[in-house]
Amino acid sequence: MKTILYIIQKEFKQIFRNKGMLPIIFVLPLLQLVILSNAATFEVKNIKFGYIDNDHTTTSRALIEKFNASTYFDVLTDFSSEGFAKSAMLKGEIDVVLDIPNYFERDLQKEKHNSLGITINAIDGAAAGVENIYVNEIVQNFNQHLKVDLLPLSNQQIQPINIDTIPLFWYNETLNYKTFMVPGILVLLVSMITLFLSGMNIVREKEIGTLEQINVTPIKKSQFIIGKLFPFWVIGMGLLTVGLLLARLIFNVPMLGSLVLMYLYTSIYILVILGIGLFISNFTDTQQQAMFIAWFFVVIFILMSGLFTPIESMPGWAQMVTEFNPIKYYVEVMRMVMLKGSGFTDILPQLIKTVLYAIVMNGLAVWSYKKTN
Amino acid sequence: MEKNNKVIQVEGLTKLFGDFAAVNAITFDVEKGEIFGFLGANGAGKTTAMKMLIGISNPTSGKAKVAGFDVFTQAEDIKKNIGYMSQKFALYDDLTVRENITFFGGIYGLSRKRIKEKSTVLINELGLEKVANTLVGALPLGWKQKLSFSVSLLHDPKIVFLDEPTGGVDPITRRQFWEMIYKAANQGITVFVTTHYMDEAEYCDRVSIMVNGKIEALDTPKKLKEQFNAKNMNDVFLKLARG
Repeated sequence: MKTILYIIQKEFKQIFRNKGMLPIIFVLPLLQLVILSNAATFEVKNIKFGYIDNDHTTTSRALIEKFNASTYFDVLTDFSSEGFAKSAMLKGEIDVVLDIPNYFERDLQKEKHNSLGITINAIDGAAAGVENIYVNEIVQNFNQHLKVDLLPLSNQQIQPINIDTIPLFWYNETLNYKTFMVPGILVLLVSMITLFLSGMNIVREKEIGTLEQINVTPIKKSQFIIGKLFPFWVIGMGLLTVGLLLARLIFNVPMLGSLVLMYLYTSIYILVILGIGLFISNFTDTQQQAMFIAWFFVVIFILMSGLFTPIESMPGWAQMVTEFNPIKYYVEVMRMVMLKGSGFTDILPQLIKTVLYAIVMNGLAVWSYKKTN
Repeated sequence: MEKNNKVIQVEGLTKLFGDFAAVNAITFDVEKGEIFGFLGANGAGKTTAMKMLIGISNPTSGKAKVAGFDVFTQAEDIKKNIGYMSQKFALYDDLTVRENITFFGGIYGLSRKRIKEKSTVLINELGLEKVANTLVGALPLGWKQKLSFSVSLLHDPKIVFLDEPTGGVDPITRRQFWEMIYKAANQGITVFVTTHYMDEAEYCDRVSIMVNGKIEALDTPKKLKEQFNAKNMNDVFLKLARG
């Protein structure tokens, strides 16, 4: 036990003595939290919109006015022909083009229905889908009004059933994406920093040759690893604390659940990440190698965590892979506890899996650290 | 009694890397309190042999006992009884002189009180009072080497292994370094030292010379010179190493 204290003392001294490292550990992640939470939005806004009005009637103008009034559409450009619209889209000046055909008003009155041409830049498929929905909503809205204006009687005669869905959003009533993103990005920061620090740590001692000196001492493997891990565990918990404060103060993210539960889960979760980091450290010879391997895992873990894309929409095999992704569990738990106020029993499945994961990874880390080669 | 006096007993110790025998069936004994010079050209297998004796490299075959413990099964017991100073400076550059002493003292399980006493004595003996709270990285190489030797003796080991301790050090510091080695040997500590300086070989009680993984000669410097009809150890070394 005393031996462990000596290692912890030494690690802390080295961390706090490294003037370049402290800001990297604390300031950069928090900047990331502020920047990413504000920037990484799923809302599609300020859509660059253009139209070709071949009709030039009150109806066509009224339709365009609808788009103008929408807060989602921006920059209403009037193109005289399809060719101009096409070249503007190639240049990236517009993302959506509405093509109003000749005799739009006349055909609509005569045949009661008509079609409009919409061209959407679908390089970002998700955004294009959302844009399509917006356009359809506005057009249908416009069409219904039109029908009501023109054909009040027939509308009643046909089937006056008007089914309206009234969405009711739970837990994040205003659909504020920051409320959704902040817990996730907090998770990301805690994970990344602790993984990189622990991944580089032992391999650094290998590089400078001090590990050999440690290996000729009678120190026990578990003492050494616990002594090495503890400081990073403290740093991880510190990051969580500062991150939660920022989430509360800057983003006003609701914290419905118990803080104790969040800290309990995080304290175990960080052990998983540190175990992975040390495992990487044991199998690499240079900090460069360790860094690349850590990056490999971080990118996969983050993109498959459900942080940016829902796990439910991943293919079956990918969903299986996410079962082994610790970040996925952490994202789930943080969102559940912070936004839904889930309690201990609600997060028990994630907690149990994380405990098992921690035991396995740290077991592997101790096993793979060899004092004698 | 005789057995107790042999603190290192090596018989047919071998280390293979694939087909290549880095250390090829070496056999020798080292007596308590002896300064044992372990010589050889670069790549002759000195460091590999030493790493097996200090328990950080597993031998392929053969037998070896260090401080009475078997290198195959009791490596961790060996580690309690030996000190080691590597070729590469291996104290922490970003810790001060005092912090390095405290850390290694702590790792070897010395009590706080003992560490304090040891630090004071050690810092005084090395004349490092003024830089006791300076980061080790800022010290000149010679001072670092002397400090590292003292740190390897912190836990009063029975044997100390020095791997080219005076490489790159000026002649005055080398002389002081050897005075420290003699002092340790007088206290009954066995010194196992590798070096490339043949004048240093003359200071050893006995010297072994390794060529291509084998020990080709082992005796006192005086007898080796007679045996090879050479006027100094340098000639002995050249005659052997060139084959």
